[in-house]
Amino acid sequence: MNTPVLEVRELSKRFGGINATDRVDLDVHEGEILAVIGPNGAGKTTLIAQLAGMLAPDSGRIRFAGRDITGLPPHARARLGMARSFQITSIFDALSVLDNTLLAVQAHAGHSYRFWRRARRDKKLTEPAMAALQQVGLADKAAANARGLSHGEHRQLEIAMALAGTSKLLLLDEPMAGMGGEESARMVDLLRALKSSKSILLIEHDMDVVFALADRITVMVDGKAIASGAPEEIRADENVRRAYLGVETPGDA
Amino acid sequence: MQLSRPPVRLGVRLLVLLTFAILPGLTAAFDQPFLLDLALRMMILATAAVSLNLILGYGGMISFGHAAYIGIGAYAVGIPAYYGEYSGYVQLPLAIGAGALFALITGFICLRTKGVYFIMITLAFAQMAYFAFVSIEEYGGDDGLVINLRSKFTGVIDMESTHEFYYVVLVFLVGALYLVSRIVNARFGMVIQGAKDNEPRMQSLGFDTFRYRLACYVIAGAMAAAAGWLMGNYNYFFSPEMMSWTHSGELIFMVVLGGAGSLFGPVLGAIVLIILEEVLSGATVYWPLILGAILISVVLFARGGLEGALAMLERRK
Ligand SMILES: Nc1ncnc2c1ncn2[C@@H]1O[C@H](COP(=O)(O)OP(=O)(O)OP(=O)(O)O)[C@@H](O)[C@H]1O
Ligand SMILES: [Mg+2]
Repeated sequence: MNTPVLEVRELSKRFGGINATDRVDLDVHEGEILAVIGPNGAGKTTLIAQLAGMLAPDSGRIRFAGRDITGLPPHARARLGMARSFQITSIFDALSVLDNTLLAVQAHAGHSYRFWRRARRDKKLTEPAMAALQQVGLADKAAANARGLSHGEHRQLEIAMALAGTSKLLLLDEPMAGMGGEESARMVDLLRALKSSKSILLIEHDMDVVFALADRITVMVDGKAIASGAPEEIRADENVRRAYLGVETPGDA
Repeated sequence: MQLSRPPVRLGVRLLVLLTFAILPGLTAAFDQPFLLDLALRMMILATAAVSLNLILGYGGMISFGHAAYIGIGAYAVGIPAYYGEYSGYVQLPLAIGAGALFALITGFICLRTKGVYFIMITLAFAQMAYFAFVSIEEYGGDDGLVINLRSKFTGVIDMESTHEFYYVVLVFLVGALYLVSRIVNARFGMVIQGAKDNEPRMQSLGFDTFRYRLACYVIAGAMAAAAGWLMGNYNYFFSPEMMSWTHSGELIFMVVLGGAGSLFGPVLGAIVLIILEEVLSGATVYWPLILGAILISVVLFARGGLEGALAMLERRK
């Protein structure tokens, strides 16, 4: 519970005149769920994009699994054990639902310079892929084309792909957004069950979900991490109440 | 959901391959050597189109320079022959190796770009290869290079025999199809198809997509150069004109017409395009215009090409 898996120091990113990320410090410890909350446009997705390596920070450092990864490309970070889910669903439209998760498993199963054996008949890939679909409740759609799924199902697939690998850190950007109540509840149970084996950085607007799952919370406003602490501390924090919690929670579903 | 769908595509595949297989017997019986010649051209260009389909159809890498590899393969016959080296054991590996090397070097640069830029750079490299061979007087310049003997596999195959050469070509075509079918369904092929569909997602999953794409590009280049090796042998001649962008365009046409990203599509595309060219060029001087109109209609109205149309037949029945 004490070693930080992810350490972010003084991370900054500007877009023109906007400080999208403003000297952010945060840690994610082993086996914990850190929730990052904040109003629309606070810079949460921009933060994740920098952690995952898709966006280069202007300054600051990111350490993951004991090494500095600030300059590493996305695929190298993923190989070190970082998985990401996207706020805006990003899946393989032209492939089947199973293929989508199969690729996520394959990414962690050594190199893919294998030219002969059929991947879809490889139990080492299909079994974990099916298991991930089972976890999110999408197993009965395994053979369907990913393009044809409903919006909620797309969201479930997005999560399945993040879970399917052997990653030790999950960066989840509003995973429940767009899901029905039943699926949402299932996800909350699922994430709680994963806590022992994985660390999670969770971005979430729904405060019930946040307070149900988070071990610690970081509040972002205008690119700054204005407060960090246990849920009770955050709930009691005057600054947070004024800047964020006091106002009606802006959901963007 | 229908329980048994008529296997239209499988039927067409078997019919086409069977026809190719028995054609030498038929043309001999009916004394139509012209047809055999036509079938040879179809099969060689189909082999090249199958290799293009690997990168274009499955990988989304629209190369506008694939004819360059046919040239490289053909010169790997002609240049050694010019110096008296006729051994197929030298020429064929040389063709494959040179094709792979050209793909590795140019792919390393091309694959850093996307979309239209990729198309333009592949075209530029192919044109460079074209002008390089035009400028080398020693090997015929733009008059081309005459190849007086086909590759020799002494004691194994007599490539000078039309029938034996014909079956060598058929084996290459079937081999190319089998190879691509294995590759695209293996782990490697999953990566290639994923990268076509959503490259950022592949990277965030942990795939170094550039390297996989480059490997794919090299495999396709080597295969196309093998088709070029067949082409040089077939014609006893190679002219740099056959590496020009119009021929690269023809290969793209075959893939798109037959159905990009379907295994057998490029073969159907090659067959239909060559028949169309034969028929239309005899009928009117405006035939390229008509071909162009057909291509545009396929792109606009039949995205899956001929294979897509056949698949639709299966579903309708
Ligand atoms: N590529 C970009 N170019 C310019 N500005 C950007 C870019 N990406 C984000 N921004 C801006 O940076 C700020 C932070 O955006 P970000 O998407 O990170 O917010 P967020 O906290 O994820 O919001 P939401 O809750 O709506 O998802 C916003 O003002 C946004 O307009
Ligand atoms: Mg966001």
